[in-house]
Amino acid sequence: MINRLRTSFLATPYAVWILICTILPLFYILGYAITTPEGSFTLSNLTAIADPVHLSSLWLSIKVAFVTTIICLVLAYPVALILHNLKISNKGFVVFLFILPMWMNFMLRILAWQIILSNNGILNSILSAIGLPTVHILYTKAAVTLGMVYDFLPYMILPIYNALSKINDSVIEAAADLGANWWTTFTKITIPLSRDGILSGIIMVFVPALSSFVVSNLLGGGKVLLIGNVIEQEFTLARNWNLGSGLSIILMIFVLVSMSIMNRLDDSENGGMLV
Amino acid sequence: MKKKAIILLNIFTVLLANCFFLTGCGSDAESTDTLVVLNYGKYIEADVLKRFEKETGIKVKYEEYESVEDMYAKYKAGSINYDVICTSDYMIETMRNEGELIPIDYNSLPNYKNIDPAIIEASEAFDPSHKYTVPYFYGTVGILYNTKMVDEETVSSWKSLWDPAYKNQIVMINSQRDAFMVAQEVLGYDINTTNKEQLDDTFNLLCDEKQYVYAYLQDETYECMISEDAAMAVCYSGEAAMGMEYNEDLAYTVPKEGGNLWIDSWFVPRTCKHYDAAMKWIDFMCEEEAATENFEYVWYATPNMEVAKHEDEETLADETVFPTKETLERCKLYEAYDNDTLDYTTTLWKKLKAY
Repeated sequence: MINRLRTSFLATPYAVWILICTILPLFYILGYAITTPEGSFTLSNLTAIADPVHLSSLWLSIKVAFVTTIICLVLAYPVALILHNLKISNKGFVVFLFILPMWMNFMLRILAWQIILSNNGILNSILSAIGLPTVHILYTKAAVTLGMVYDFLPYMILPIYNALSKINDSVIEAAADLGANWWTTFTKITIPLSRDGILSGIIMVFVPALSSFVVSNLLGGGKVLLIGNVIEQEFTLARNWNLGSGLSIILMIFVLVSMSIMNRLDDSENGGMLV
Repeated sequence: MKKKAIILLNIFTVLLANCFFLTGCGSDAESTDTLVVLNYGKYIEADVLKRFEKETGIKVKYEEYESVEDMYAKYKAGSINYDVICTSDYMIETMRNEGELIPIDYNSLPNYKNIDPAIIEASEAFDPSHKYTVPYFYGTVGILYNTKMVDEETVSSWKSLWDPAYKNQIVMINSQRDAFMVAQEVLGYDINTTNKEQLDDTFNLLCDEKQYVYAYLQDETYECMISEDAAMAVCYSGEAAMGMEYNEDLAYTVPKEGGNLWIDSWFVPRTCKHYDAAMKWIDFMCEEEAATENFEYVWYATPNMEVAKHEDEETLADETVFPTKETLERCKLYEAYDNDTLDYTTTLWKKLKAY
């Protein structure tokens, strides 16, 4: 009893933080979303998502976020697997190497991509030096997707790596004892047991990718309008906080729906989980 | 399930962080004796700012913005009481119409005599009886191009920005008003038109251009041109002059159809809490030495007549920095849009970006 009291006491700062910095602003946003600039009630800020411009940028955001997530997953799983199977004592150091770029300012890392991908950039210099035709990547959707993959990859690697680390080696050995080859062990044991990590990874990449606007600002050259950019511009350029809030709410609903789908996937398979 | 709840909360925090960055600028400057100044980015020599603080003993909280619209949004957000602001002609007109400006006490500005009367006269387009503003810099909008890739003849018309030969080599200006101006000059329309059909034509022409555009940029334009990532760019004259400093192959022109002359001026908004300090600030900006230092940093045309004493003939004859009479005759100032037109063009601009 005392223990429980003590722990809940320790949670107070966090609860206060959540209340002031999460719950309260949420209500503010909701308040803005359902009123006109003059202050009367309206649903038009929410239904504004049906506007062709908003709809097409939302659709583009979903596509970019989806492709980003898939690429991250395809890249991250093998990396996490290799990392897990490394036969060195100091795995922490290798994990540290993956986190290291995140210590540098995010804007700087994205600006570096500008220099690499630009028409006269590092990539094209290399291509023309070895006699290949140059490519036009910067300020396209491809550049935005690349920037997001680069930025969000660690968020996919780490949860998968954690999930893999938790798998009891004896389970793998048992599979081998019973005659399963590497592929069968991988598909029947490793993947199902790392499902939790995969799902958190997907959520941690998909959701920020869906609402991001900084990457498309820097690598999209004003030509790639994601829903995040629309919301940002409503707050700054168009000074329509009500519309911006309304679209934010819609975006949150999309995030919640995609997360509940992921959760359902998670729960329905829980029954078969080992350990 | 708890883990999921934590992830959920994290995600909300991420989403909300976006909102916080936009609105969370503190209001710590209000209570103290600091002068709150709002100006365009890269628009003052840092040393001038330091010298002002040293010589007057007034502390300055100096804030910057990128586009006129950003400035207005920052001002309207109301969380900071700005004392003195520098911005462009048509926005000053908008804010004057809204009653946001406080008249300037010209008698308390001994250095005001340094300002070119011709520019003061031109300012009357947005400040009719000249009560509210002091000019800071002026310039034009034109094409900065790389002479190795484009010849002078081609860029003598705005139409060159629609030339398929330069696909992915064109940098368009990331500012609604200036981009619309370019298309309106091509179409032969008035750059201040509020006719919806003409605005629609402008929009359609810009949509047609988008396939050739490398990027819509503003503050990054000259870096992009220096590194020769693009062949031509629509930009402001000072930005062009700065680019030409670093790359000898760059040149600047205001195409024959005509363009925009803009004047950026200081004014005092209604939120001003330190009027005397604001006057000292404006006067300091008109001072010979400060104006010279600022000019040598930003490379826009200065209305300060005393600066000429410190510059060599080559600089003074530079047509990029100081537009010629013929150029100025082709150029017009923007007039402020009414609210209806403003909303309409903002929507068109958004549609263009999503196109």
